[in-house]
Amino acid sequence: MISLKDVSKKFKTKLGTIIAVDDVNLDIKQGEIFGIIGYSGAGKSTMIRLLNGLEKPTAGQIIVNGKEITSINEEKLRQVRHKVSMIFQHFNLLWSRTVAENIAFPLEIAGVPKEQRLARVNELIELVGLEGRGNYYPSQLSGGQKQRVGIARALANRPEVLLCDEATSALDPETTDAILDLLVSINEKLGLTIVLITHEMQVIQKICNRVAVMEGGRVVEEGDVLEVFQNPQQPITKRFVSQVSEPTQTMQTIQNLLDIYPNGKLIKLTFVGEQTEQPILSRLIKQFELEVNIVQGNISHTKSGAFGTLILQIDGDALAVDEAIRFIHEQKVSTEVINND
Amino acid sequence: MINTLFPNVDWPKMWEAAFETLYMTAISTILTAIFGLALGLLLFLTSPHQAWANKLANWLTGAFVNIFRSIPFIILIILLIPFTKLLLDTIRGPNAAFPALVIGAAPFYARMVLIGLREIDKGVLEAARSMGAKTSTIILKVLLPESLPALVSGITVTCISLVGYTAMAGIIGAGGLGTLAFLDGFQRNRTDVTLMATILILILVFIIQWIGDMVTMKIDKR
Repeated sequence: MISLKDVSKKFKTKLGTIIAVDDVNLDIKQGEIFGIIGYSGAGKSTMIRLLNGLEKPTAGQIIVNGKEITSINEEKLRQVRHKVSMIFQHFNLLWSRTVAENIAFPLEIAGVPKEQRLARVNELIELVGLEGRGNYYPSQLSGGQKQRVGIARALANRPEVLLCDEATSALDPETTDAILDLLVSINEKLGLTIVLITHEMQVIQKICNRVAVMEGGRVVEEGDVLEVFQNPQQPITKRFVSQVSEPTQTMQTIQNLLDIYPNGKLIKLTFVGEQTEQPILSRLIKQFELEVNIVQGNISHTKSGAFGTLILQIDGDALAVDEAIRFIHEQKVSTEVINND
Repeated sequence: MINTLFPNVDWPKMWEAAFETLYMTAISTILTAIFGLALGLLLFLTSPHQAWANKLANWLTGAFVNIFRSIPFIILIILLIPFTKLLLDTIRGPNAAFPALVIGAAPFYARMVLIGLREIDKGVLEAARSMGAKTSTIILKVLLPESLPALVSGITVTCISLVGYTAMAGIIGAGGLGTLAFLDGFQRNRTDVTLMATILILILVFIIQWIGDMVTMKIDKR
């Protein structure tokens, strides 16, 4: 659906050249929800703007929906944009237009006749759950409602790709969940490809199939969300994964427990997918003569399965402890002994 | 009572002058709005990162605006006499005031248009571009509607300046309350005529400000 080949984007500023996107190769499949995560300044904003030609790459090729968008003229690019729409962190609605008029705007741009516009606007208002709000002005809506208008507006011309630029970053957690649910339902109902950028791992975890991690303009890690969660390679990815799997106070608790139980072993179990459903813990306790203490537990749900970490303190006969660790390994749960270093 | 306070005021003449002032203000405001908007849009669209980004065009427009905005109006009228004569074949009467009024006021309004356009959220412009909007669509459906309250309050201020300019144009014989106050009031030492002309101008200015504020408030949905 979308493919980037050796794409770079440099900005010339008074302070020198800034490389916002550095030699990126990506393939985004039809119908998937693809997340790009990175801290601010990682180049993800520039990256998503390359996908609809709002920014032109300095080098490389970008193919969207079978069209090479880097070399086509403005007129053709405008046609492409009818099928590759975008929603924004700050919604970017026109305050001078009502909800219905905002949603009708892209239809006006595409030259849709008035009758059809009205019908389509009503459909969209219903789709995003804003019935009865058609004649409101954006200033009369909450953040979540504004983003719903943004989504309805983006869907007006029946796009094939939806680009989400930090679409939930300005919303509170509850509204974020509602908007993410809406995006998933649109993805399933309309089969449209969604590319989103975010700095929140929760967003990736909740709705993405695949993820790319960006740092300093480069994609440093890429893969299925579950795999990345299970086995993060880069330090930055580990930091992002720990956002959702390990509350910050955990490491302190471990330190305390290491002090209190110098003889025991602290083991971090990482469950992925099916294993989460298995009663590993009860078997462990039944089979081995050990004291098992749960230090920290956290199960998160990603779109393709549950992901969890469990930190256990196992105390008892040294041999039995090693046996127990081997047993857990056999369950295909990744284990990590936490040491005092 | 009013005749004892203003013994020298020739009322039919006063009303005729008031009407001339109104006429000059109205027509020159419309023309100023058109030229000022065009200049302001040109200034905005040729600035860096905009649709027609062009350093030379931006510099030239900026220089034109700055030069004509800086020349004191009374001097501008005199400088424009040959131009007015060429354009209208006369330099007397209300119509002869229009070139100077518009050339004096349009650059002033263009600056206010530019300020209004710059206040539009960049994200909204980006959103319109992301939808595949042409520059003409962006001008008509985003730039103008989204800056409308600023454009209206700007033209209100400009219109009030134009009332003042018409009075100055009166000195060189454009007609209106300015001419009346100068010739009948000042030169013949009839203070009551000058005072009455002033009162009428004040009433006109208050009405313009009131209408401008009302319209601005009504269209602002932010």
